[in-house]
Amino acid sequence: MNRAGVALIAGLLFGTGLAFSGMADPQRVQSFLDLFGNWDPTLAFVMGGAMIPMAIAWVIQRRLDKPFADAHFDLPGTSRIDGKLASGAVLFGMGWGISGLCPGPALADLALAPGKAVIVVLAMLGGMIAHRVATR
Amino acid sequence: MIPVFPHAMPVEGFVGGLMIGLAAAIMLLGLGRIAGVSGLAARATGLADTGAPRVVAAAFILGLPLGALIVSMFTGGVVTHFPDSPLPLIIGGLLVGFGTRLGSGCTSGHGVCGMSRLSRRSIVATAVFMGAGFATVAAMRAGGIL
Repeated sequence: MNRAGVALIAGLLFGTGLAFSGMADPQRVQSFLDLFGNWDPTLAFVMGGAMIPMAIAWVIQRRLDKPFADAHFDLPGTSRIDGKLASGAVLFGMGWGISGLCPGPALADLALAPGKAVIVVLAMLGGMIAHRVATR
Repeated sequence: MIPVFPHAMPVEGFVGGLMIGLAAAIMLLGLGRIAGVSGLAARATGLADTGAPRVVAAAFILGLPLGALIVSMFTGGVVTHFPDSPLPLIIGGLLVGFGTRLGSGCTSGHGVCGMSRLSRRSIVATAVFMGAGFATVAAMRAGGIL
């Protein structure tokens, strides 16, 4: 299968998982972050579930010379911890808390609540453009 | 159901999480890439110069709403609760977009893929953005805007 087909299947499965798990609902995600309110632990179960196939996948990855449908592995480094990483994570976490949305659910919600999701997605792209301009 | 947390969906959450993890595993073992949504979204829209080929990134990103649509059709609708005001969506979206680019990842790339790889970098990033999320919502609650 061609690479775009593999990516589409992965995206479909990812979007299915987001919607099925309740993570497409920003209120539920925000409730996970709301330790002093009506806390909802669902997100922790989602994270736990997602770790299992991926932990196995990393073990398999180490035994492969190249991926099944592409020429080589193209993976980021794992050790560099700097101010950009930390400050980016702080800003992302703040936005996540304020809206209850991270990029995956925001995009998935384009199908579920398009009027609201389009606002978040456009703002998100605006933030990405701002970063690109600022770091040019 | 968890008695103390009547709204929680532990079973759906876990099963949905397995699907997300399987999707990320397909990206890793099939295409040799991290299923990081922020990076792929930036790549698909031409806002990143390196990463997956644009057609690969665009196909993955397109799959996200299509997957959600499939669940919605088979389950009779997926419930979402958004704030009435667009303000938190705009401010939150801007911060998420800028922050994920600056920090090189979001809940999927650092959280799911990086932590399962035991990447020190991703574990730190995930701890920081989760901490910032907890603190932000606590501050909103203390300030009476939640």
